[in-house]
Amino acid sequence: MNDLLEKPAIVPTSTAAAVEIRKVSFSYGSTQALKDITLDLRENEVTAFIGPSGCGKSTLLRCINRMNDEIVGTRITQGEILVEGINIHHPSVDVVKLRRDVGMVFQKSNPFPSSIFENVAFGLRMRGERNNAVIAQTVEESLKSAALWDEVKDRLQESALGLSGGQQQRLCIARTIAVKPLVVLMDEPCSALDPIATAKVEELIWNLKHDYTFVIVTHNMQQAARVSDRTAFFYIGELIEFSDTKRIFSNPRVRKTEEYITGRFG
Amino acid sequence: MFDPEKLIRKGLPKGYFKDILVRSLLGGITYLIVLIAVLLFAKIIIDGAPAIFTSKFPFVDTEFLTAKNETLHVFDDAQGTRHQLPASKYSEYVSAHQGENIYNEQTFSYSGGGIAGPIAGTALLTVGSIILALFFGVSAAIYLAEYAKQSPFIHAVRLAILNLAGIPSIVFGLFGFSVFVLAVPVITSTPSDRTLLAIPLFLNDWVLSFQGWNSSLIAGCATLACMILPVIITASEESLRAVPQGFRDASLAMGGTRWQTIRKCVLPYSLPGILTSSLLAITRVAGETAPIMFTAAVAAKDDFPWQGISNPFDILSSQVQALPYHIYTLAARIPNSEYTQRAQYGSVLVFLILVAVLSFGSMVLRAKMRGKLKW
Repeated sequence: MNDLLEKPAIVPTSTAAAVEIRKVSFSYGSTQALKDITLDLRENEVTAFIGPSGCGKSTLLRCINRMNDEIVGTRITQGEILVEGINIHHPSVDVVKLRRDVGMVFQKSNPFPSSIFENVAFGLRMRGERNNAVIAQTVEESLKSAALWDEVKDRLQESALGLSGGQQQRLCIARTIAVKPLVVLMDEPCSALDPIATAKVEELIWNLKHDYTFVIVTHNMQQAARVSDRTAFFYIGELIEFSDTKRIFSNPRVRKTEEYITGRFG
Repeated sequence: MFDPEKLIRKGLPKGYFKDILVRSLLGGITYLIVLIAVLLFAKIIIDGAPAIFTSKFPFVDTEFLTAKNETLHVFDDAQGTRHQLPASKYSEYVSAHQGENIYNEQTFSYSGGGIAGPIAGTALLTVGSIILALFFGVSAAIYLAEYAKQSPFIHAVRLAILNLAGIPSIVFGLFGFSVFVLAVPVITSTPSDRTLLAIPLFLNDWVLSFQGWNSSLIAGCATLACMILPVIITASEESLRAVPQGFRDASLAMGGTRWQTIRKCVLPYSLPGILTSSLLAITRVAGETAPIMFTAAVAAKDDFPWQGISNPFDILSSQVQALPYHIYTLAARIPNSEYTQRAQYGSVLVFLILVAVLSFGSMVLRAKMRGKLKW
């Protein structure tokens, strides 16, 4: 990042962004969870969403691939989200295709109780890929990208449930990138992992960001500081500050942000 | 310091004898129930064992299990020896002993030979109804658990299905009779006289005739399936809901359609639960008399259902014998005597063993599946 380039607290949307979120408000039934959020996620960058519990960061994340559609009584009350310039709520947009471009890794690792190989091959098979050579090659590439290949290459046919928590989460990342999405959403991917496993996941995010656009929701301030290029701070459904990670952590503009990152509340 | 004399109460506490009385009363009632169960099993085993077990190897009277049902002839020969022979052996005896007199002849319907017919009929009814009930029940459960939004209407639907479980089986019998036997549409070129409505199809001379399936295997299977649907639907829905939401999320987030998600990530992991609970439904299907007595069962049938039919599907329209109905016939429709006991209790014991094997199988299967599928 160019430190000389001064940026306002809220960066105006640019057309080069992979995802543009424009004035989005969202409610669960009668509870408003997000208020007028505007931000953009640039290609090949890691954006971190931070904020105290219930601030709406996970909700916003789940809006980007419309996983909130699965929850009854939720809706975007205003605003729009553009992925690669396309409004994802347009009636002609197929939510299944959207999710093929916008993958997601969940807080709790959720491998299927099948073999390691089948877990990674799952998305490909679902897409109708029948060529076993292609599948095997993609599985290997994905596992290598997720820095898991060396640990599992000799036991691909064993159950994924035999892996450790950190390995399971990296398997879920491998599974997600096996289908080559544009954007990878990560909802607190390391909250259940120990520091070493966390470091591995962070390292692989850092290595993969040249190929993907990452969004990571995290409660861990150091993690946001280590892994992200830009950081968005949310508080009770509002975007308080969105800026370069360095700036947010060294010189936040808003007092609320400073209080949160220095641990005075949250 | 505490005074131990004050901490440990001397003598019997208040209400001690009342407590003992209540305890022994409740215990007595419990063991009375156990005693009744034990007596029931003992009676059936003691009376039924002579019919199916023999003292010679292989210790099982295979003829009782594999022979067809016949009338039992009981008579004395000229030497005063008492014979009990099923009708076919009786005619052999008579032709072999031409000119000899026989005395005190009595006949008992259905009491000779074996019970292969009822066993085959019960097997066919059970398999058929489980297939029907699984198909319709699992479909409904998938809709309720995966597709339907939680609304008051869906709650009412679920309640209605649950209520179906409380309906007495004889009501299902009458329902099956009036609907499956008399009213469901069939495509035929020769509509029956009692058809409710015949709609010409203008193709060959086929007619869509609302005349029912008559008393037949398929009508009995459909009636039994209706009876166990609520059990299957409820159990299947629970099994589907027991699959972690994470599997669905993962599949959906990878761009799976809802049906792909259900087929690949939900059904495979809920199938063991669905199948084990349906095994319990099997024991219920196998045991019911009321739903089949108007829809499928006959007291006597000379052929097996698969004999004398021109194509395999005709088996569906043949009537069958069934174990519970056979027991009912033996116990209530013919005069009882010492000579009918063998068939009666033999059938009951065979029936009991069948049900016990199925129940035990479902328990073993469930324990195995539980151990295997963990997440």
